[in-house]
Amino acid sequence: MITATNLSKVYNGNKVLDIEHLNIPSGQNFGLVGNNGAGKTTFFSLLLDLIQPTTGNIFNKDITVSQSEDWKPFTSSFIDESFLIGYLTPEEYFYFIGDLRNRNKADIDSFLTRFDDFFNGEIIGRKKYLRDLSKGNQKKVGIVAALIGDPEVVILDEPFANLDPTTQIRLKKLLKELSHISGTTILISSHDLIHVTEVCDRIVVLDKGVIVRDMETSEATLNELEAYFSAEIAES
Amino acid sequence: MFKKFAWLEWKSFLRSASFGKSLGLKILMAFLALYFSAMFLFFGIALFPVLKKLYPEQDPLMVVNGFALAYFTFELIFRFLLQTLPVMDIKSLMVLPIKKKSVVHFVLFKSLYSFYNLLPLLLIVPFGLYCIVKQGYSLYGMLGWMTAMYSLTLCMNFLNFIIKKRFTENLKALIPVVATGIIIGLLDYFKLFDISGYFGDFLNTLFHNPYLAVIPVMLLLILYNWNLQNLKGKFYLDADLKGKSKAANTREFGWTRKFGSIAPFLQQDLKLIWRNKRPKTTIYLSFIFLAYGLIFYPNETYQGMPTFFVFVGIFITGIFMINFGQFVPSWDASYYQMIMAQNIPMRQYLASKMGLITFSVVVLAILSTPYVYFGWDILLLNLACALYNIGINIPILLFAGSFNKKRIDLDKSPFMNYQGTGASQWLVGLPLIFLPVLFFWVINKFVSYDAAVGFLAVLGLIGLLLRPNLLSFLTQRYRSRKYVMIEGFKQKGE
Repeated sequence: MITATNLSKVYNGNKVLDIEHLNIPSGQNFGLVGNNGAGKTTFFSLLLDLIQPTTGNIFNKDITVSQSEDWKPFTSSFIDESFLIGYLTPEEYFYFIGDLRNRNKADIDSFLTRFDDFFNGEIIGRKKYLRDLSKGNQKKVGIVAALIGDPEVVILDEPFANLDPTTQIRLKKLLKELSHISGTTILISSHDLIHVTEVCDRIVVLDKGVIVRDMETSEATLNELEAYFSAEIAES
Repeated sequence: MFKKFAWLEWKSFLRSASFGKSLGLKILMAFLALYFSAMFLFFGIALFPVLKKLYPEQDPLMVVNGFALAYFTFELIFRFLLQTLPVMDIKSLMVLPIKKKSVVHFVLFKSLYSFYNLLPLLLIVPFGLYCIVKQGYSLYGMLGWMTAMYSLTLCMNFLNFIIKKRFTENLKALIPVVATGIIIGLLDYFKLFDISGYFGDFLNTLFHNPYLAVIPVMLLLILYNWNLQNLKGKFYLDADLKGKSKAANTREFGWTRKFGSIAPFLQQDLKLIWRNKRPKTTIYLSFIFLAYGLIFYPNETYQGMPTFFVFVGIFITGIFMINFGQFVPSWDASYYQMIMAQNIPMRQYLASKMGLITFSVVVLAILSTPYVYFGWDILLLNLACALYNIGINIPILLFAGSFNKKRIDLDKSPFMNYQGTGASQWLVGLPLIFLPVLFFWVINKFVSYDAAVGFLAVLGLIGLLLRPNLLSFLTQRYRSRKYVMIEGFKQKGE
């Protein structure tokens, strides 16, 4: 589904991302972990053509993302709050995204009923603008909006941060179902090793822009990841 | 502490995303500044002899004093339109161990460090020196007079500060101020209440009793203090939160559905305008400027100069276009990444912006039809100007917009936030207005009035017919600027 070849991004002579080859097959639940500055958000931004690669290309379903806009209809994403339109109410925002993805109001309304638990009564019908919602509720809106219109690829940058514990658990369930039932390719990044091992089929560890681990998730993965990230501390 | 603030300011100037753009503008402004300095200096030196010639039986100083009030009024109006007030991002300073007072003092002092405060000095000092050295006026008298005049100039600076603060927060608050000003002006004009005379008398008395200069200085201090209190009271994050708990306005703009594929964007832009203070002002401004024609059409002086009416026509049908259009796509800055990553083709995005602005021109053109009262030719000219706006000016504006990379914070507190309300805003508008005026002037002069009107209309039509091609060009342009824009829009603050 998604292939990156020779991909690199250089800022002022500083190589922040350097991926020789990475292939993410369709329907995979793909997790990206790494410390701050590892290049997770850079990779997602490149994938969404928000920044230009220094070398190489990313192909989304054989479409070169930096050359054509044709990947947009089947790809959706939520990176941060800057993806929300602050002066809309949550409903209006969902309808707007629905419009962009050929879903009418009734479609969206029935879609949203599935998320009643998730929203916990704090989002729909509250007559509040998005900018007045709390960070966590904003995040919920962004994540749900990214699922509108049955996209084939969903990209979520740190979806678990800022969410309350109950919602984190709900979100994990939701993401697992999504890839296993409807075959959506999901890319997430996270700092929470437990969440990411629970949700993802495959986990890639980035360090200073380079892929240092690429593993299929199994019982042992969490320990392996913990060992990897504590190695530095142990050394010193 | 002041040194630290100045250091912060300098860094934010050098490191801002719009540095290149503002540098170019700043060079242009510097030339204008030099020009005006020279003019004022010349005028300051020549004022005394000129007045002596014009009013041989009067004392030039008395004449100047008689005009002083009118001069200060105009100064205030010019300052209001042109002077950008200093901005400072306070959020990051609030929790640091810095006295609120010193931040506010800094902002107020920064406002003094402005070209508009230097110019009057070039007028007052040479005139004063001329009086003392060449005409032998009393030294102390003139020193007192100069002090008074300059204090009053600075009073205008701080008065403008207060008025502008009120204006951005609440447009209606300005109405009583303007109304009072007009009433006093009218009373003065009809000699019912000769306020400028009294003001002149005061300045004359002041010349003979220089110690009276204390009064304007006191006034200056009072105004400064008023500003100080006013700003200090606003030094809270929630200073503008009052209205926020209000239920959200969920107007649907359902009628936009008729516009097909651009409907969702159109609806979205209308919400943008309706729900945010900053773009909302552009609407009010449009209606106010609609009355602009009333100044020109009935006036005898302009009857022989139809070129002026082109200026008016472009302005009244295009005021929303100018005010809103020049900040495309900055209005969407806070979620531009989403716009770029969502299922929105660039072409459609631009087409919808064009659609919205076209719509505004059409509405304003329709609203301007009552001007037919002043003659059919004026109506026709206005319609031609509207066509020209739609066909030529909108693409030009959107092209200019592709250079935008400065964020506009829609929901930012209006505390000291006057993004884009300075002289540079008007500079962008110049080619939009003067190009058609030039075309019209040339053809009207060498061919005929009708041909000139027709030419503008035809130019507009050609632009309209070529719109798909222009759109393709603009799409290319915006696509290649995409990354720069995203990067620029991420930068917050000035």
